Amino acid sequence: MNAPYPSPVIEALALAKTFTLHARGGLSLSVFHGINLSVRPGECLALTGQSGAGKSSLLRCLYGNYAATSGEVRVHHQGEWVALSSAEPRDVLAVRRHTMGYVSQFLRVIPRVSTLDIVADPLRRLGVPVSQARDRAAEWLQRLNLQEALWTLPPATFSGGEQQRVNIAHGMITEPAVLLLDEPTASLDAANRRAVVALICAARQQGSAIIGIFHDEEVRAQVATSCLDIGQHRSLT
Amino acid sequence: MTESHYNFAFLDERTKKRIRRALLKAVAVPGYQVPFGSREMPFAYGWGTGGVQITASIIGRSDVLKVIDQGADDTTNAVNIRRFFARTTGVATTQKTRDATLIQTRHRIPEEPLTASQILVYQVPMPEPLSKLEPRRRESIKMHALSEYGLMHVRLYEDIAQLGAIARAYDYPVMVNERYLMSPSPIPKFDNPKMHMNPALQLFGAGREKRLYAVPPYTRVRSLDFEDHPFEIERWPHACALCGAADSYLDEMIVDDQGGRLFVCSDSDYCEERREAGHVGTQQAVTLTNVLSAQDAGGGA
Amino acid sequence: MKPGALLSARQVGKAFVSNSAQRWACRNISFDLYPGEVLAVVGESGSGKTTLLRLLAARLACDEGAVGYHARWPGHAPLDSLTDLAVMSEAQLRQLARTDWGFVEQHARDGLRMNVSGGANVGERLMALGERHYGQLRSQALDWMARVELDAERVDDLPGTYSGGMQQRLQIARNLVTRPRLVFMDEPTTGLDVSVQARLLDLLRQLVDELQLAAVVVTHDLAVARLLAHRMLVMKDGQVVEQGLTDRVLDDPQHPYTQLLVSSVLTP
Repeated sequence: MNAPYPSPVIEALALAKTFTLHARGGLSLSVFHGINLSVRPGECLALTGQSGAGKSSLLRCLYGNYAATSGEVRVHHQGEWVALSSAEPRDVLAVRRHTMGYVSQFLRVIPRVSTLDIVADPLRRLGVPVSQARDRAAEWLQRLNLQEALWTLPPATFSGGEQQRVNIAHGMITEPAVLLLDEPTASLDAANRRAVVALICAARQQGSAIIGIFHDEEVRAQVATSCLDIGQHRSLT
Repeated sequence: MTESHYNFAFLDERTKKRIRRALLKAVAVPGYQVPFGSREMPFAYGWGTGGVQITASIIGRSDVLKVIDQGADDTTNAVNIRRFFARTTGVATTQKTRDATLIQTRHRIPEEPLTASQILVYQVPMPEPLSKLEPRRRESIKMHALSEYGLMHVRLYEDIAQLGAIARAYDYPVMVNERYLMSPSPIPKFDNPKMHMNPALQLFGAGREKRLYAVPPYTRVRSLDFEDHPFEIERWPHACALCGAADSYLDEMIVDDQGGRLFVCSDSDYCEERREAGHVGTQQAVTLTNVLSAQDAGGGA
Repeated sequence: MKPGALLSARQVGKAFVSNSAQRWACRNISFDLYPGEVLAVVGESGSGKTTLLRLLAARLACDEGAVGYHARWPGHAPLDSLTDLAVMSEAQLRQLARTDWGFVEQHARDGLRMNVSGGANVGERLMALGERHYGQLRSQALDWMARVELDAERVDDLPGTYSGGMQQRLQIARNLVTRPRLVFMDEPTTGLDVSVQARLLDLLRQLVDELQLAAVVVTHDLAVARLLAHRMLVMKDGQVVEQGLTDRVLDDPQHPYTQLLVSSVLTP
């Protein structure tokens, strides 16, 4: 490749997160501190560490879903760095819409909206016409082996694995520059896991910068280009 | 000859002055309802006290007064009010529209076109055109002040939606001078066009509601409608049975027990003038066929 | 007042006097709302959220602070700055309320004319703006009724014959027919059956999205906030204790009261 070495698209600087539980008399739970990371297009950073070490919390901080206690998260969005931690809500939403995708472990279900429309929604928000967005959504669901009979149903009654695949399609369909993946293969069987791994690799090749939590070591080996052990960043309380 | 213990036209001069002041305001703002201190009259509310107070405030010794009720000079109310003014002013009275300088009317406008030297005084039961839609006076005052008349169009829309056409047959709301929504009093909508650009001064009095308003001569008066449901006046397939007039408002009179009806000019003076001039109607009652029996005769369902 | 903001509140406060003691129903509230943004104002009874809504919609006058709106007057060049609601005339405020704003009342009956048909309710604002073609009015009414999923056959029925959910949807149509840029909603789904609520929320979500509406939604229901709002204000005793991105406030509440609220919600 003759392209110049690309610059990072997402960075964390001295990021720390502490929960203060006021209902427990102000009990302070430090999740992590001193996290520095920088991910470039085409890279995939795997977060490792024990269960409960704070990997999900870190992802959520990167997405703006959790507030950072100190430190900074920056995302390169439409040619400029946006400091997510201090950004206005509408700016965070703009970054999410255009630049950042997030696949969570849990699917929050909106009543009455079909699976196809849930998956097509991120494209629609970017201005893609409805029929086109639905066509793309169909492609993704096919790639994830979700049976067509389910597409018109709201996913509330789906199995864990089915919901997970809807999540993945929803998070990846806009092919965002930054992709945050929280256990994307957790509830999937081997065949579906392979499909998802293929999608993640394809995204990497297309230049997405990926940060993910991969419980399965084999999956991690296939997709990650580097690792960050959260366990190193926990304080002992 | 006046009764010696009453002031000219019954009301004291101070009261007349205040009413005339209110009338001046009303003329200055066409269609706007001006409150006035309505006085106790020797007849009850609902019997024309507003119209009478206006007439009493402006009538002069050289006036010639005509009083009509539903177009007729000889109904009880018209006779009483005319006699009231005769007794309290001694002013000349007439039944001929042409000869009157001051005409007080309940619920009709004379067929004979009025002139610039005439004044028409209307008796008004409810001056507020929005009263059925917005009973709160505070709110309807605001609506007039801000020219917010969408609600009246809502009412007309509702008529068309429910009944296929605007159902108002009388007291049909009008826009005066393209500014104020006004109730023309319960005249039939047939008479509404007469209000537009009329050379005569038109004054409206509501005694019980204590408000008066005016339409100055040559003022634009437009009946509300929709572009695709334009305002239309009533039409009859008959002419007046007595005088043959095809262009006047007809009263329907039941004359027998077989459904026989006579259609006769509501404006008694107009009819009489035409008859004096030699016009003659069919003089015959109209029998409207019984619709149901016609269907039975024609064949079953 | 930041450039581009549609509605701006600056240290807004309202006091009521009872038993000769002054009590601040809400105080020191500041935020900017941008086009297309939905802000949920969440709190329990007595938090002052409804008072705040009424101040923002100019139904009450501020005792402290000011509310500014980016008004557009027909025939005038668009302003760069916001107009203080307190300096607008009553005519202007009423005009605004009829055109550029919507207000969805908690009880649909308070926001509808119960003595005229559904179609007339939807058409009223258009008639107020000078629409004089019956056929046009009717077709627009039918169009909007379809958008809020009301049966076209009910267009000539009185709202009293509609169910609660239908009345609320009619109220929404009535407000949106002039394509307002800002809609105030006071507990829009409270009091409705759960399935009806879900349907209504979904409808609101779609309409807000489609029409790029900015909205201020007062609710005590966090699920409504999560579904509809981009941002949230959490109010307690007349003050804003926390504000921010909706999912952040709900998933990572910082203030003790917010944490209490979020943890108190029952999930089936």
